[in-house]
Amino acid sequence: MRIGVPREIFFGERRIAVAPDSVPLLAQLGFEVAVERGAGTAAGFTDGVYSEAGATLVASPIELWSSAEIILKVRPPGHHPDLNRDESSLLSAGKTLISFIWPGQDSELLARLAASGATVLAMDAVPRISRAQKLDALSSMANIAGYRAVVEAAAHCGRFFTGQVTAAGKIPPAKVLIIGAGVAGLAAVGAAGGMGAIVRAFDTRPEVKEQVESMGAEFLMLDFSEDGSGEGGYAKVMSEEFIAAEMKLFAEQAREVDIIITTALIPGKPAPKLILADTARAMKPGSVIVDLAAEQGGNCELTQPGEVIEIGGITVIGLTDLPSRMAAQSSQLYGNNVRHLLAELCPDKDGQIDVNMEDEVIRGVTVVKNGEITWPPPPPKVAAVPPTPSPTTPATTTAVKQKSRGLGTLAALMVAVATILGVGAVAPASFMAHFTVFVLAVFVGWQVVWNVTPALHTPLMSVTNAISGIIIIGALLLIDSDSALVATLAGVALLISSVNVSGGFLVTQRMLHMFRKDT
Amino acid sequence: MPAGIIPAAYIAASILFILSLGGLSHQESARRGNLFGILGMLLAIGATLWDGAVTGYTLIIVLMAVGGAAGAAVASRVEMTAMPQLVAMLHSFVGLAAVLVGIGSYLDPGAQFTDAEKTVHDAEIFLGVLIGAVTFTGSIAAFGKLQGVISSSPLLLPGRHLINLAIGLTCLWLGYVFLGADSNASGMWPLLLMTTLALVFGVHMVMAIGGADMPVVISMLNSYSGWAAAATGFMLSNDLLIVTGALVGSSGAILSYIMCRAMNRRFLAVILGGFGTTGSSSAIEVTGEVIALSAPETAELLATAGSVVIVPGYGMAVAHAQHPVSELTRNLKQRGVEVRFAIHPVAGRMPGHMNVLLAEAKVSYDIVLEMDEINVDFPQTDVVLVIGANDIVNPAAQEVPDSPIAGMPVLEVWKAETTVVLKRSMATGYAGVDNPLFYRENTRMLFGDAKESIEQVLTAL
Repeated sequence: MRIGVPREIFFGERRIAVAPDSVPLLAQLGFEVAVERGAGTAAGFTDGVYSEAGATLVASPIELWSSAEIILKVRPPGHHPDLNRDESSLLSAGKTLISFIWPGQDSELLARLAASGATVLAMDAVPRISRAQKLDALSSMANIAGYRAVVEAAAHCGRFFTGQVTAAGKIPPAKVLIIGAGVAGLAAVGAAGGMGAIVRAFDTRPEVKEQVESMGAEFLMLDFSEDGSGEGGYAKVMSEEFIAAEMKLFAEQAREVDIIITTALIPGKPAPKLILADTARAMKPGSVIVDLAAEQGGNCELTQPGEVIEIGGITVIGLTDLPSRMAAQSSQLYGNNVRHLLAELCPDKDGQIDVNMEDEVIRGVTVVKNGEITWPPPPPKVAAVPPTPSPTTPATTTAVKQKSRGLGTLAALMVAVATILGVGAVAPASFMAHFTVFVLAVFVGWQVVWNVTPALHTPLMSVTNAISGIIIIGALLLIDSDSALVATLAGVALLISSVNVSGGFLVTQRMLHMFRKDT
Repeated sequence: MPAGIIPAAYIAASILFILSLGGLSHQESARRGNLFGILGMLLAIGATLWDGAVTGYTLIIVLMAVGGAAGAAVASRVEMTAMPQLVAMLHSFVGLAAVLVGIGSYLDPGAQFTDAEKTVHDAEIFLGVLIGAVTFTGSIAAFGKLQGVISSSPLLLPGRHLINLAIGLTCLWLGYVFLGADSNASGMWPLLLMTTLALVFGVHMVMAIGGADMPVVISMLNSYSGWAAAATGFMLSNDLLIVTGALVGSSGAILSYIMCRAMNRRFLAVILGGFGTTGSSSAIEVTGEVIALSAPETAELLATAGSVVIVPGYGMAVAHAQHPVSELTRNLKQRGVEVRFAIHPVAGRMPGHMNVLLAEAKVSYDIVLEMDEINVDFPQTDVVLVIGANDIVNPAAQEVPDSPIAGMPVLEVWKAETTVVLKRSMATGYAGVDNPLFYRENTRMLFGDAKESIEQVLTAL
């Protein structure tokens, strides 16, 4: 099948859906790649590089769209300024479009795409499961945005990030607060930390604390317990009390830090307003706020989406094209994500794609299938961080097993009771007294051992082994026998059970002595 | 001396033993538990010696001193890696003692019973000797397998179930003859013949069980030694022996059950035959490339990681690598890397084997985690270091439904960002199953002896 890669028409967009180094890899999957002339120029990839990589260059966008069965794009289809028609009208039945779509935010676009009869796969709808990580373009882009946010902040901030002691005086390190420790937040933590700043991070999801700390940043805690983890590992809307406590924390931090980078997003909702105008104005002159949520309305009240503004000495960066500002890098990563998706779609590497709706990943990204809207997909089966390991056996067989096991237990119990009654019927009274003791001891042993820590299995076994040396008592009782043979047998038994008793206890003691805990 | 003293001492000893087992269930109370056990044993022996029925102290003390000294000498010298063998050997002693005491009790002219009492007493002797004999040779076979004297792969004689069945039926018949015998002399031959058969059965049973199931076998033999002691208690009408034997017997059985459950195997299946008895089992289609890594590269990977999980297996025990591993842990911790250990319930050749080795190497037990605790953390782990483990990290258990280890819970190391597997070669583990983990995109192999490899990594750090 032929893949067409058109030039991005969105104003200011520099990325391209496929970088030159992906072209031969797509060819290996059996695809033929056609690129619109000049499509990679803004990202620094010349037409020559593409044709060297094996791509066909096509001058006319109309020809490109009509000749290719698969269209790869970055931005959602929009109004084409040169052709004066909407890109979605260039699609037709049998074609497949792979791009960012944002189906939740633009239902009109979705309807237009469906009307074309084509199949549309949204790179922003990749399910958050481990298998799909290599096609997660949102993470790739967020990673770049997080890094670039720090670079932009550094460019607008009049200070060193790292603390220095120079001949001209001492410079304290810059303090950076990062709100929202998703992929972008963590990338920003890493970049800012790498430049030498003191980094603090905040997130409503407590499970990211470890990730933040692993990047060497401080995790700010609210004295308030509410878990903000929503479905699929994303954040959810918090309670009012929580937000109030959060605002207070930000207001305090704002007075202290030099840079605030906000990345807080909740799926399908406008970005929460976390930095109020007053909080922003309370920052030291020369401070910078980078709002990565600008496109969804911004986390800061002062943010102007797409703009860099200065208010009272504070710079507020609301740029929405951060990945595009590193077009070569982001095109390369996006291209890889798209290529992985194509590899999933084309398991036979024969250049034919099969939109297999049984596959959880493919089901997730498919928003329109042959003109039919299939968005939203059913909720993902597992959270990004599974709370419990999912059972591997199908539920039905487990149920059957449990049922038969229940019956088995009942049967075993009845047999046991019958045996005990049977023994009682024939055995002499003296035996029954011992038997009672025996049965009770069995139960005590069971109860006592049932909850043993697996780490202690070995010491437990060696101590029970030592205790089973109690057979020494039997030897002692027999050793005084009048019969020489019996006395000899008992003597040998005494000897070896003594080995058992002393050896067992001693080795247990040795083992237990080694178990220790660092203070 | 008042007659109540002895039973009272026995009750106290029983309670001490129960407290001992209970104490051994948790780290904090484990040492106290062992002390309780020693106290209980001293009390029991002391009370028995004090009993008017026992005389001839010189001989007793000499025998106990010699035996005790031998036990102490072995126990204080044994390497922690050889712990499974030691435990197996000690089990065999209990079994042998039970056999000797049983036969002795039968021959003892001091004890005379009549009618039903005699039948019950004889049945107890028969049972005690039977269990004791199976324990004795079974433990010796287990010892041989663990020590490497005998091949650890399962010995599967043709018609082995039939052989076992035949032995069992013959023993039943011999028991019938034995109980019907009218004098000690005529009862002797069925007893001795049964003992011989039971000895053979013990060897045969353990020989058929593969090396990977050894933890279960050891624990099962532990249970048997308890039952043997309990049977001895019945024949001597001694409640202390009964209680203690039953305690050991049931706790060993429970332990075996817990372990079988951890491996998702049925107890009976373990007892009846080796792992992978379904025949050639490496039928899994494994695709991909094995990517080897050098020690310095591994060192770099570890040093730049945020969190590292180490998964030790039997290979670590074989190579005696626990000390370098502990050293590596300390080194990484000083660099601010979070290091933890993940222990599979059946890693090694004895339950809790890895924990003992790590404890010996002074690894703090609060960073040593169990499978269920750590499995959820693998997706957030940067580097997993698998040291000489194979089956317990095999994704085929979850992904290949017809794999011999299908359904066995495994450590999901492949979910980590990078997994480094230390291994001597590409050989399969005890289950004889190929491991697709080695061919994963995010898996790297560091070939070589575990100890040498870790030492090289340390040097590179």
